[in-house]
Amino acid sequence: MTPFLTSDRWYDIRDLGNLSSAILEALDKVLPFEVVYILAAVIGFVASFLLFVLPSQLFVGVYGERRLIGRMQSRLGPNRVGPFGLLQPIADAIKLIQKEALTPTQADRAVMYVAPILFVMPAVLLWAVIPFGEHMVIADIPVSLMYFLAVSSLPVIATFMAGWSANNKYSLFGAMRIVSMVISYESPLVLTLLGAVVLTGTISLSGMVAWADEFNIWVVFVQPLALVIYFICVSAELNRTPVDIAEAESEIVAGYLTEYSGMKWGLFYGMDIGYALAASGFITTVFLGGWTFFGLEAWIPGWLIFIAKTYLIYFLFIWTRGTLPRLRADQLMAFAWKFLLPLGVFNLLIVSTERMLWFEQDYAKGLVYVFAAVNIALSAVLVYVWARFNGYRPERTPTRPRLVKQAGGYIPVGERS
Amino acid sequence: MTPGLEHFLTVGALLFCLGLAISLSKRNAIGVLMGVELMLNAVNLTLIAFSRFTVSPNPIAGHTFVVFILTVAAAEAAVALALAVAVYRNRETVDVDRLNLLRS
Amino acid sequence: MMDGFGPSLAFWVLAAITLVAAGGVMVSRNLLHAVLFLILTFVGVAGFFVLLSADFIAMAQVIIYVGAIAVLVLFAVLLTPRSSRDNSETRWAAPGILLAVCLAAIFLFVVHDTAWRTVDAAPANLSAASLGRALLSTWVVPFEIASVLLTAALVGAIMLTRSPEEEAEDALA
Repeated sequence: MTPFLTSDRWYDIRDLGNLSSAILEALDKVLPFEVVYILAAVIGFVASFLLFVLPSQLFVGVYGERRLIGRMQSRLGPNRVGPFGLLQPIADAIKLIQKEALTPTQADRAVMYVAPILFVMPAVLLWAVIPFGEHMVIADIPVSLMYFLAVSSLPVIATFMAGWSANNKYSLFGAMRIVSMVISYESPLVLTLLGAVVLTGTISLSGMVAWADEFNIWVVFVQPLALVIYFICVSAELNRTPVDIAEAESEIVAGYLTEYSGMKWGLFYGMDIGYALAASGFITTVFLGGWTFFGLEAWIPGWLIFIAKTYLIYFLFIWTRGTLPRLRADQLMAFAWKFLLPLGVFNLLIVSTERMLWFEQDYAKGLVYVFAAVNIALSAVLVYVWARFNGYRPERTPTRPRLVKQAGGYIPVGERS
Repeated sequence: MTPGLEHFLTVGALLFCLGLAISLSKRNAIGVLMGVELMLNAVNLTLIAFSRFTVSPNPIAGHTFVVFILTVAAAEAAVALALAVAVYRNRETVDVDRLNLLRS
Repeated sequence: MMDGFGPSLAFWVLAAITLVAAGGVMVSRNLLHAVLFLILTFVGVAGFFVLLSADFIAMAQVIIYVGAIAVLVLFAVLLTPRSSRDNSETRWAAPGILLAVCLAAIFLFVVHDTAWRTVDAAPANLSAASLGRALLSTWVVPFEIASVLLTAALVGAIMLTRSPEEEAEDALA
């Protein structure tokens, strides 16, 4: 049966790449190469921006995040502006643009001015290497995974500049915390990605999607531990709420954002969501098979599958943000070095061994499913054993009122231990 | 003008000399370290330019050398900054003019 | 493939950015500004690596220099607060700068006086895969030594920066 909605030419919503490639092929015959190259980049950028980044940022990002967190915290969230409060992000943006952009008198003005701009640039650059669909990638460079890592290490500098230039001690605390967090969480992050790279044997994101397509399995099934560690590390690097000690309102006002106001603050806030979306797209591409879905991509446009998976991961970010309490700075540091880093090393060891075995079997297709079953079991055992070894205990729902007892208060007879 | 080997070597040489001037003239130990990092970068640039432009049976050798220089630079920065912090803890300064305990 | 308008423009822009930023490290009075200029220099050199078709090295340069070394330098600047944040010169600055200028003159003379035998087309096997193969076959011994060096530096840095209180705690335990 021929897949529904398929034709081999470009009036076809299945693959927007057909449309742009037809335009570019026609232009290539009349215009010089450089002009066509720049046009291709502009078309790709505008298409991905209009289709994905803008609606994501405004509606799924700002609106969805606030509504979902409101739902999780038993309140309504924004519901006044427009139908269901859908126009709330636009109202927020208008309000932020109107506000005065204050600069403290003792601040380092130039650095404070440049920091939000530098914070925005990498968030846009990150999307250049992520494949939205079969040929829908702006720059398909052979080292795109390294590119993503390199560009995502730039916003740290911008946040540090923001925190340091304000000349406020809370801002400086925020900057110091973000620098130490990034140093700690970068190493387990890279180790887990190395696991995925060793398994698939490529550092190109398109190559990883092709691997998932060829073997009909996503990297997450063979590397479940890697996805968990990567998720924790990336939410620490992005300052998402369970680990956002760099802008913890209850401890250091708002960290590096304390002295910012108006649209400068708005850029930081909006691009936080942008980075979380980019990280979701990256997780989708590396761990969840990108735009493939076990053959479903022949019937549904690949970019829709990609967007659905990205929003699923982004929902996980929102979920952790809405439900988990914030950790202390020293707890986070110890967690990175004592828990995540050894687990990452173990994971790398396991996956390297498996890759050697697989190589000796001449990359037999069935073996990777055996690896998946073994790895899922092994990951659960590894996490449990290493947590026990480190003295972490699973905290049951506290049925006994321990705090009341420690404070010497009255405990009802039935609940006494 | 099309950039050739000479252009890249010129940039590398200027960068190296700027790094040398910085590391010889700065008073703060961290500033000295920054000059050293600039010199390492200039050497990397020169090596990559040679491996791209010269006739060689094994052009990837320049890249491997650069990988080792990156490794050594990371190790050097970690140890040097740890030294700076340790010195600061004892002397409350990282000014290389005032670190003269061994002077009689 | 170094001809054409794009690579030339990229070269001159990158050269301007890199050298101006390196000059900024030299002349800026504030140590934090000097670190920010240093980061700009690193990014410019990474751009040169892309231009010289060394993709992997360029990305590694950004990850290691900007993501790790510059962040370490920032951390060290924050950890040494009372040591004046200024970036001024020592009393021995003039001879050092003179030496650097003389060296620059010698370098420039050598660069422009030598008849380099160059090729225009980029060599074929400059990809990340061939780099990995070279590292793990021809250069495997230096590679292992480098890993030992990194471990030693890690342990050494931790031992150097331990505070007396922490050592007292360990002695008790």
